[in-house]
Amino acid sequence: MTGSIAAIGMGLAAIGAGIGVGNIGGKAFEAIARQPEAVGDIRANMILTAALVEGAALIAILMAFLVK
Amino acid sequence: MNLLNIIFLLEFSVIKPAFGFMFWATVVFLIFWLFVGKLAFKPIVRALNQRADDIQTSLDAAKTAREQMSQLKAENEKIMAEARDEKMKIIKEAKEAANLIINESKEKAKEEANRIMVNSKNDIENAKKAALVDIKNQVGVMALDIAEKVMRKDLASSQQDYVKRLVDEIKMN
Amino acid sequence: MYKVFKNSLFVAIFSVTRLFAQQHAAEMGANAGQDTLAHSVNIPSGAHSAAEEVHGAGPAVMDANHAEHAAGGHEEAEFKADEAAFHHISDLNVYSIGPWNLPLPCMLYAPNKGWSLFSSSKFGIDNAHHGSGHKAIDGYVLNHGKVMRVKDPNFPQTEVEVGHFTTREEVIDEKGTKKDVSYVEYNGAEYALEHQSTADGGLFGGGITNFYDFSITKNVAGMFLILALLSWLFLSMAKKYKSAPGTAPTGIQKLIEPLIMFIKEEVAIPFIGAKHERFMPLLLSLFFLILALNLFGQIPFFGGTNVTGNLGFTVVLAIIVTLVVNFNGNKHYWQHIFNMPGIPGWVKFLITPIEVLSIFIKPLTLSLRLFANITAGHIVILVFISLIFMFGKSGANPGAAWGASVASVLLALFISAIELLVAFIQAYVFTLLTASYIGAATEEHHAHEAEH
Repeated sequence: MTGSIAAIGMGLAAIGAGIGVGNIGGKAFEAIARQPEAVGDIRANMILTAALVEGAALIAILMAFLVK
Repeated sequence: MNLLNIIFLLEFSVIKPAFGFMFWATVVFLIFWLFVGKLAFKPIVRALNQRADDIQTSLDAAKTAREQMSQLKAENEKIMAEARDEKMKIIKEAKEAANLIINESKEKAKEEANRIMVNSKNDIENAKKAALVDIKNQVGVMALDIAEKVMRKDLASSQQDYVKRLVDEIKMN
Repeated sequence: MYKVFKNSLFVAIFSVTRLFAQQHAAEMGANAGQDTLAHSVNIPSGAHSAAEEVHGAGPAVMDANHAEHAAGGHEEAEFKADEAAFHHISDLNVYSIGPWNLPLPCMLYAPNKGWSLFSSSKFGIDNAHHGSGHKAIDGYVLNHGKVMRVKDPNFPQTEVEVGHFTTREEVIDEKGTKKDVSYVEYNGAEYALEHQSTADGGLFGGGITNFYDFSITKNVAGMFLILALLSWLFLSMAKKYKSAPGTAPTGIQKLIEPLIMFIKEEVAIPFIGAKHERFMPLLLSLFFLILALNLFGQIPFFGGTNVTGNLGFTVVLAIIVTLVVNFNGNKHYWQHIFNMPGIPGWVKFLITPIEVLSIFIKPLTLSLRLFANITAGHIVILVFISLIFMFGKSGANPGAAWGASVASVLLALFISAIELLVAFIQAYVFTLLTASYIGAATEEHHAHEAEH
């Protein structure tokens, strides 16, 4: 059997980030639907927040690479 | 397979930053940033800002011009209305003056006519009186003539009617 | 008219992708028929102990064991999608356009030898063998398009003919870490090869070796190509703005101007504010360079330069951004890090290390994000293309290969379309995050939401 605990960690990081980014995207679309005139602000902040969540996932994946 | 083996075994070289590549990447980015950024991006951004300012200024100018235009139009209308009032006033005055003159002339004409009528009445009256005096004189003379004739031709009683008729003839005249 | 255009565009994209697949079919077929990438699964024992591989590094006599491995490699040539994908995204010392490997200048530095400057054509690049050379120069060899150096200092430091390249999985330390080690055959003996020095400090299996590669590799050549293209584009645009100020945009200006205005209106002004003017050249440079390199990396046949999908490039950008951010950081920014106002003293002991750490985590995530997104996209496309060879069993089953090629080309086309989107989004995200870091560092009034 191939694989390791680190691979599971990588998967978990991806799941967490997926849930987070999904929530951000969903809420952002709700906000846009409620206030279509604020689409620019919402989009910029959505991407910023998604990038931060993604950053946490990236660090987790990096750690999964490095920690045996 | 262990995750580490992916890196160590399969030569996943993109995750290993090579010194030479990093050196060239730094050179390329610094050239782009300092050279193109200074020579191209700065003027482009400045030109875009300039154009945005120009457009804003033009829009403001157009707005001001429009406001001025509407102001001028209002002024023109005011002047026009004033002129119209003035015209009406002048026409009214002229009409009044004309009426006055006409009335005056009418009065004068009436007076003249009255005067002429009075004069002519007087003249007629005078002429009448003169004519009556003349007639009376004439009647006297005629009566005397008639009397003379009667006397000459023997006055008969039958001739009295004739005298009467003669007198009546005089009255009718 | 529009429909005709759309259909022909689709057909064009499809046929280009198809050709791309065929080219890779040719390359990978040649690859698989070769012994060089075949992994021997067994860990060599006995004569090749870990200690000897790490410290001895002497010429190993080609014994029966090795001969067996080499021969075995010939027979069980098995296609491996991950190897093929990793090879195609890595930086090489040859520039591949279509089936040709164009030579590039090599600038190599070894501490015990000094500089060696020559063209990679001197290695005698063999097009049929996926860019491996058959000559060694100053101890350097070209293994699958990549310059490597013989570990043994006694190897002839002049131009000599060398034989086959072999790669074997070996234990390199006492902990049992396995690593692929490449060998070159010379005079009937095998010599271990070393990769160039890398800046990962051994974390990812690299580290300082016996030479540094300052060559114009295919990624560097691609970067210079893009640099020249963008410089010409933007300098000619700037000239136009100077020569005819206040006129409506024409030609390429119409395409670029909305992007510049987008960066200015949607990124710079909301995140940096009044001081955005000073950082516009940096933001625009980052955006357009990343965007152009992202898109350039997606052109099939044209070398497959994978610049933004290489951690070296993104790390350089992130370091430059971090320097700009911290050199422009004002009093509030540093106060925020070392002495955050409005919180009790004992919390500061917890917060300050996190804040200091965040100075380094920001560029780390910034570089990893771009690298991971682009690399993942490339690997997914390459693995889909590899499906053809996995189903076709490296040419043994042409029918399955044709069947799989239809599905894999469609899938690769779909991922390529998504990658076009990702190319824009990642360039935008990198610029946006840079702007937000700069904004947080230069903000005049203290704001708590600026914390990341």
